[in-house]
Amino acid sequence: MIYLQLFLSFLQIGMFSFGGGYAAMPFIQDQVVNLHHWLSLSEFTDLITISQMTPGPIAVNSATFVGLKIAGFLGAVVATLGCILPSCFIVSILAYIYRKYHKLTMLQTILASLRPAVVAMIASAGVSILVSCFWPKGFSFSLSDIHLSSIFIFIIAFVLLHYKKINPILVMVFSGFLEVIFYYGAKLFL
Amino acid sequence: MKEKKEVLWKLFISNLYLSAFTFGGGYVIVSLMKKKFVDELHWIEEQEMLDLIAIAQSSPGAIAVNGAIVVGYKLAGIVGVFISILATILPPFVFLSVISFFYTAFSQNMIIQLLLKGMQAGVGAVICSVVFDMGKGIIHSRNVSSILIMIISFCITYFLNINVIFVVITCILIGILRVLYSFKGGKKI
Repeated sequence: MIYLQLFLSFLQIGMFSFGGGYAAMPFIQDQVVNLHHWLSLSEFTDLITISQMTPGPIAVNSATFVGLKIAGFLGAVVATLGCILPSCFIVSILAYIYRKYHKLTMLQTILASLRPAVVAMIASAGVSILVSCFWPKGFSFSLSDIHLSSIFIFIIAFVLLHYKKINPILVMVFSGFLEVIFYYGAKLFL
Repeated sequence: MKEKKEVLWKLFISNLYLSAFTFGGGYVIVSLMKKKFVDELHWIEEQEMLDLIAIAQSSPGAIAVNGAIVVGYKLAGIVGVFISILATILPPFVFLSVISFFYTAFSQNMIIQLLLKGMQAGVGAVICSVVFDMGKGIIHSRNVSSILIMIISFCITYFLNINVIFVVITCILIGILRVLYSFKGGKKI
């Protein structure tokens, strides 16, 4: 029963991958490549590349990709369901508890200790993205390794977002086009 | 009744739109959700958004999906959860199905690579803007322990690459210690 296998396998991925995104990757690899041989290692690498280039969480993307390849459209649906089902239950229960009790002083004190860490973790993800974007070949102090157009785009995007309050998705799409314009502009004029 | 329908519709469209344009993982979508639901629609307060994000990231599974669930639940209960999930997984499902068919052409296209590279800088700017707003709130609170927690958590997650779940658990423990301390009649720290 391939559908059941897909479902159970992605159920485990959904249940045990904490921390999202890249934390889930080794776990997905273990299930999909090592255990069930649904993908070869190079196909798995392709999947990661595709995931980076398309929107959506890596776990959901792999569920769709693996499901489609192994058992067609229905397989993709079953695998995706499996990977989001644990979230549905656990997160809904936590959200319910939060709504019911968040006014308690006790829980407020605990949440007050957690909030700064949440900001820090978002900041950390942001810095990682920016470092890999500004130094595509890895961090160094040499000026020639810095991707200048990215820094320029970053500054423009930040000003548009933070001071002009422009819609973030528009800003992101605009940033993409700026890079295209810079690249071909530089080719034309330099 | 009409109002509820409107909330659900708006929730669906917002999540669909956020999910379709969110490249680069959970924290990006969480930052965008903050901009959408806190700054633009004013449906959720900033403090509460931080709590919801904490729930989303300390639960197993994809942060984007978890974020959609907490926001959906907060705004429209269980129905909201289903609407949000559907809106969040639909775009990647469609994109991936289409792209897996002509992956090679897609991944080697120069323009697509440039677009993605530029969008990465844009994504960084979105996250920075959100962190600036939220960090400002924490620093202005002038609560030394909050500021310390923020700085230390950043160092631990960024430089040591420790899984966020441990940071979350440690902060909850610190919170419990603060509660116990206040029960013993101490001052609030």
